[in-house]
Amino acid sequence: MDSHVAQLQMQYRNYILSLYQQGFLDDQFTELKSLQDDGSPDFVAEVLSLFFDDCVKLVGNMARALDQTGTVDFSQVGANVHQLKGSSSSVGAKRVKGLCINFKELCEAKNYEGCVRCLQQVDIEYKTLKAKLQDMFNVSVIIVHMNPVSVWDDFNKIILGKE
Amino acid sequence: MASTGGDIEQTKSVEVKKKLNVLIVDDSALIRKLHEAIIEKLGGISQTAENGEEAVNIHRNGDASFDLILMDKQMPKMDGVSATKKLREMKVTSMIVGVTTLAADEEEYKAFMDAGLDHCFEKPLSKDKLEPLINKLMDA
Repeated sequence: MDSHVAQLQMQYRNYILSLYQQGFLDDQFTELKSLQDDGSPDFVAEVLSLFFDDCVKLVGNMARALDQTGTVDFSQVGANVHQLKGSSSSVGAKRVKGLCINFKELCEAKNYEGCVRCLQQVDIEYKTLKAKLQDMFNVSVIIVHMNPVSVWDDFNKIILGKE
Repeated sequence: MASTGGDIEQTKSVEVKKKLNVLIVDDSALIRKLHEAIIEKLGGISQTAENGEEAVNIHRNGDASFDLILMDKQMPKMDGVSATKKLREMKVTSMIVGVTTLAADEEEYKAFMDAGLDHCFEKPLSKDKLEPLINKLMDA
């Protein structure tokens, strides 16, 4: 096997593992991957695209709700947090989900400063995850072009324990 | 070989495996897509509704026949509790399973179950959570 491809595959494997080890992803991402097959080869990318669309929309809604002069409607903020928690848990976005749990408590406590800080963290966290997953997909595309063996075979071996 | 009178012609019986028919009710496009994929992986077919009102309307003409309804709780227009109550009032006998992020809240969970659910799962849904239920329905 070409040594350059082998090196890329090693980097790719380590990168995926690091996303789990650093808490960016959890088992639900593995579940997502297990639903992708030849009949739906872009399933993971399509679901993640919907997730990041949700993030943009819901973070925007929360920012507007918290930016109200006068009384902030914390139930409205909380409703958006609830939706983001559902989305993030469904794709395995572990850190985003964790932040949403804290955020919900801050909404219930009507802690304005806490909510604003948490929203900033959510914004940073989902954008960080998006950048990392984009890097992962970019490397996978390069590997697929250079090596006929599907890069997801490596993923399956590492994460799902399948040979 | 000469055939003897009275031989019974053997015909191959064709086993037609019924595909489970599922209605997925959720206001999130992401969740609908995820649940569709899970149902397909488990050998079923699915239709979707974006809220409780749509789910009820699908049943209004009396032709709808779902083996399973996956019902979200919080949805605009008509939530999962109201939709489940309405479907049971309409004598819908499909298995209705709640799928919600509020499953951990006991009061909310009880209210949802009391509306007429058969089961309630906490999101996220997975093949492992749903498979035993699907197998039970297929065996019934």
